[in-house]
This record gives sequence, structure tokens and C-alpha cells, in this order.
Amino acid sequence: MGQRVAMTGNIAMANAMRQINPDVCAAYPITPSTEIMQQFSSFVADGLVKTVLVPAESEHSAMSACIGAAAAGGRVMTATSSQGLALMWEMLFIAAGNRLPIVLAMANRALSAPINIHGDTSDAMGARDSGWIQIFSENGQEAYDNLIQAVRIAEHLDIRLPVMVGMDGFIISHSIESMELLDDEKVRDFVGEYTPSRPLLDIQHPRTYGPLDLQDYYIEHKRQEYEAMKNAKSVILEVAKDFSNRFGREYGLFEAYHLDDAEVAIVVLNSAAGTVKTVIEELRADGVKAGLLKPRVFRPFPAEEIAAALSGVKAVCVMDRADGVNAVGGPLFPEFRSALYDATPRPMIINKVFGLGGRDLGLHHVREVFAELGKIAETGKIETLAEYITVRN
Amino acid sequence: MSKLTLKELSKQEELLSGGHRLCAGCGASIIVRQILLAAEDPVVVTSATGCLEVATTIFPYTAWKVPFFHSAFENSAATASGVEAMYQSLKKQGKIKEKIKFIAFGGDGGTYDIGFQSLSGALERGHDFTYICYDNGAYMNTGIQRSSSTPIGAATTTSPAGKVVPGKMQHRKNLTKIVEAHNIPYLAQASPSKPMDLMKKVRKALATEGPCFLNIVSPCNRGWRSALDGAIRESQLAVDTCFWPLYEVEEGKVKITFKPKEKKPIEEWLKVQGRFKHLFKPENGWIIEKMQKRIDHDWEKLLARHEADQPVKE
Repeated sequence: MGQRVAMTGNIAMANAMRQINPDVCAAYPITPSTEIMQQFSSFVADGLVKTVLVPAESEHSAMSACIGAAAAGGRVMTATSSQGLALMWEMLFIAAGNRLPIVLAMANRALSAPINIHGDTSDAMGARDSGWIQIFSENGQEAYDNLIQAVRIAEHLDIRLPVMVGMDGFIISHSIESMELLDDEKVRDFVGEYTPSRPLLDIQHPRTYGPLDLQDYYIEHKRQEYEAMKNAKSVILEVAKDFSNRFGREYGLFEAYHLDDAEVAIVVLNSAAGTVKTVIEELRADGVKAGLLKPRVFRPFPAEEIAAALSGVKAVCVMDRADGVNAVGGPLFPEFRSALYDATPRPMIINKVFGLGGRDLGLHHVREVFAELGKIAETGKIETLAEYITVRN
Repeated sequence: MSKLTLKELSKQEELLSGGHRLCAGCGASIIVRQILLAAEDPVVVTSATGCLEVATTIFPYTAWKVPFFHSAFENSAATASGVEAMYQSLKKQGKIKEKIKFIAFGGDGGTYDIGFQSLSGALERGHDFTYICYDNGAYMNTGIQRSSSTPIGAATTTSPAGKVVPGKMQHRKNLTKIVEAHNIPYLAQASPSKPMDLMKKVRKALATEGPCFLNIVSPCNRGWRSALDGAIRESQLAVDTCFWPLYEVEEGKVKITFKPKEKKPIEEWLKVQGRFKHLFKPENGWIIEKMQKRIDHDWEKLLARHEADQPVKE
């Protein structure tokens, strides 16, 4: 089954797009996601897909065109990073509010200023509350698998919300890894045929989209969006189960790595989870009960499941590769801390902001974090609630 | 493309229903009705945020009997690009058989200013759609603020006629000329006071493959401080003073479609609008002169291009 290949995260994402074969794809190039659209454009040029490309003049227009195309009634995808996602920001809300199942491949990158083209999750965190489902990936394989699953999640009739799938810029987008590409036919079969819901191009049934919604209806419509996001959790798991049945790779709302009996644990998104896993292996060999919770699905936020998975851990460090600049820690921190409020027993919890703008996270950094967690677990005392690491002092 | 006759038009269904909440005497609704009457094929409409959109689509009601999509202020053209691209895709796949045409609406704010980039991009990419700007010369929906289409001297809430500054101090942007630089197959200026001319242009634009653009003068009695029943009179005065020449550019060739018998002075148009009242004080006369000079200059150039572009008669 499938094909063993060596490719970058970007090329893997582009191949997922080729196999999904969307009807329309509108995009504007931005580093480090550019390669996704370059590769996909050559698939279009070679007639390997049926897609009509809209090479827009900006990300704002790219997302606007995706919105128009999705409303028209077909499968729509795009790719972006960083400033591009930020320029789409206004339209992200409109895609979600109109319940349009657009799928976005994202190579996570830092936001200006200062300008930096390397990997962190500031871009995705900026879009956190836009009503998009957010899925993150540790490596190219996961990015590829997640993008394929995203189509089914977005289009599910209980959801109809757009989905963005992230991977770390450069670290994953540009690194060549060994991975498995599924058979075209099998992917096609997995994602299925698209059935539009009330398409704009149905001229026999003219409909008005995007009307003025005053005090008398706006909140009801937002409530429906909230319900859709609540439904997403079970649909994501359902789609993951089908994916696992067909292709053998298991996905959940998050990955729990040596978490069952862990006394100290790290929470971290994307590629840094791989580094943490290596250190956990070392520590476990030394008898330290260390674990990892790697969020896969950040929107919807699986608070209950997270509380259940981390209850019993003595000390947890949430590591953020982004800063909310609220002077008390990165964006994941308050959400995890809030989820753990309901955990019994409730772990002690600290935050580290690390790796901004692509700064490397070394094994020694992770060892230091685990050492600090060990101390907290032992003494029951937190000395520093939140701080920057991997930074020059 | 069939010939446009009043008899045929009288049999057409009105596709913008009554009961919308546009102001009494608004030029935009007249323009939209004329446009939808002129369309031969089914159309799908996108619109920028603005008077036209908010007043015709107050949920759960809609005045549109054609598919209508509004997403934001600056992206009517980009949204239409996406809709049209999906149409091309589904048509190519045999999933759609009907012939559908695409119209994007924007006011001058959503076209000259915040929507300019998205318009330019869509024109360059060559989508098969018609962009229609209903130009009332200010951000009327948000409370009459200046736009880059506001004529020199006009008083708006962000270019008020004060003790030191007598209204807007800059000439308006000539968007029609800028659009022409995109070398699209068809563009025109029109006025609701010349409905047959306007509708012929719409029909021509919709029948033309590729991006087309119509700029239509759209009186707004709230912002122009003019008579409730003055829209048609004022738009005709805009034409008769050559403030708003009626012309088209087809495959790069200019044709003036209506030449006033006698070109009226711009004062004729200014004096029916309260927003220019202060210009008639002696100390502000220079603004009227400056405006007249610009109109004369532009009109002369247009006439010359028209003459040069007409086929030689044997």
C-alpha cells in the first residue's frame, strides 16, 4: 500500500492537494509555503488535476476568491504563511461565518516586526479565534495525512467550517523526510465526491449570502457557528478512525506520549514535539517519568480530554512557539491552564516561550525544562510562572 | 446579443424587488434595476459592503431575485473572481450546463479606494465578469466621508467646508481612465438619466468575454444635499456639463455615446447640490474655475480621441 518517498513537507502538502483534486485553488505566494503552490501549479500545468487556479494579487484577494468559489459550490483549497495569513485575517472570519468548507495548508512562520521568515506559530495563533478548525502536524507525514482528513472534516454537514492545517515553516516545510504517500485512488475514495450545499450557482434557487444581520439575528448565527465547532470534535475523531482503518495511522485530538504514568509533562505543538520525545526516551531510560501531550486539534479546543489526560501529572510545562505579548505567557498557556482548573488532581503548570522566528530548540533546553518540572514536582513550588527560553540573556 | 427595445424590456421581470430599504430617491436602485433588466442571461451578483448591500439584504429579507453574495468592503471583484473560477471549473467538468454571467457591484469607496487593488487584480487575471461602480462620490453609507471620487470643492464630513479649508481640495481620481490602462475588452461610463444608453452598455459588457467595467454616476440626495426627486435631473446635468461624459472604450477605441447639444457650465450641476453651496461665495470662485478647467481639458481630450478612433467614412 502507498509509496515510500522522500520529500519536503511542502511537496507532501502539494501532493495531498493533487490527490484531493480541488475544483478551485486561489493563492498568493509567501515564504515558506510558496513551494506548495509552485508544485501544485505544475500539477495544474501538466493537467494532473481539474483545478482552476486563481493566482491572486494578494492573500486578501486569494481568500476572498476562495470564499466566492466555495459559495459558488465546489471544493476549494489554498496555502499560506505568516503575513499572508494575517492579510487574510478579515476574510477568515467571513469564510467561517458563511460556513464555507475551505481547506488551507499552512507553513507556520513568525510575524513581523522584525521581519523573519522562519518557523513559529504566531501566524496560526493570530487566527485562533476566527472560527477555523486548526490542526497541527509534527512532520511531513502528519501534515499530509492531516490535510487529507481536513477535507472530510470541513465538508461534514454537521460542521461546514473551514480548516487550516499547520506545520513548522522550514523545519518541516523545507526538510526532506522519508514518508508514505497513499495511492491516488485511495485518497480520492477517502475524501469522496463533493456535494455542494445551497450553491450560489444554482440559478433556479437564487439565494442571498452575506446579508446584513442586525441585533435580531446576528447572535443566533454566531451560536450556530459555535454549535458547529462543538460538533467538530466528534467528527474529527470519526474521520481519524476511518483514516486509521484504511491507512493504519492513528490520530486523535492530541498525541499522548508516555503520558499515562507521567509525573512531569510538556505540552508542545508541531515539530518541537519530536525533540521532546527524544529527551523523554533518555529520561525514561534513567527512570524519570516524563511525558508529552502534543496537541493536534487546537480548534476546537478539547479542554475536557486535556484535563483528563494531564490530571495526575505533578508538573506540566506548556511550551509556546509564539507569544501573545500579554506579559504572562504564550497563547497556549492560558487555555491549558484553564483546562487544568478542572483536573483532579490538578497539576502545577508553567510556561516557556521558545524558538520564536525559527530559533532552534535543543535537547539540552528540553532537559532543563524537565529538570525544572522535576523540582516543582518535588517541592510543590513554582519559582517562575512564565519566561522566555532559547534566548540570549 | 439581441437588440434592446422598450417593448421587450417592459415584459421583463424586475429582479430587484421593491421594499428594500434604500433611501427614497436613491440613484443606486434605479441603476441596479436598469442593469438587471438589460441582462439577457442569468446573472450571479457579488457586492461590496455599502448602501446597496446593507439596504437590500436586511436578514431575513432580501430584495435580490438573483443569487447574491456579499463578503466585505474591498473585495467584490476578488469574490466575483472566485465565483467565476468555480463556474469555469464546474462547466469544464460538465457539472454545470447553463450560461451564467457575473456582475460585481461596488460604490466609489469600494472601487476607487479600498477595493481598487482587488479590482485591478481581477481585471488583470481576465475573469469573465462585469464590474459596475455606482459612483456617488463619497462614503455615503458611513455618513458622507470623502472618497477619492469626491469632486474638488465638495463638503463632506471629513472634508468639511470650514473657515480656512473650503471643502475637498483635490481633484477626483479618474478611475475610468485607470481601468482603461488594464486593456480590458470593454469599459464605459453611463448615467441612469440615459437608460437605453446604460442598458445597451450593460448588454454589451455581459456579452463580451473577459473583464468589463462600467462606471455609473449615481446621485445620492443625502450626500449631495439635493432634492429627493432629483436623481435623474442631476445625473443628466452631470452628463450635460461633461462632468460625466458618456462614452465607451471597445478594444481600445473610444466612442462618445452622447454629446450634449450645448455643453453647460459646471455651475449648473453644482448649484443643485448643497454640498457645493459654499463654492458660490466670491472667495471660493477659484475652485469652480479650477474644476471647469479640468472638465474642459478632459472633454477636449476625449473628443479628440473619439474623432481619431472613428472609422474613416468612404
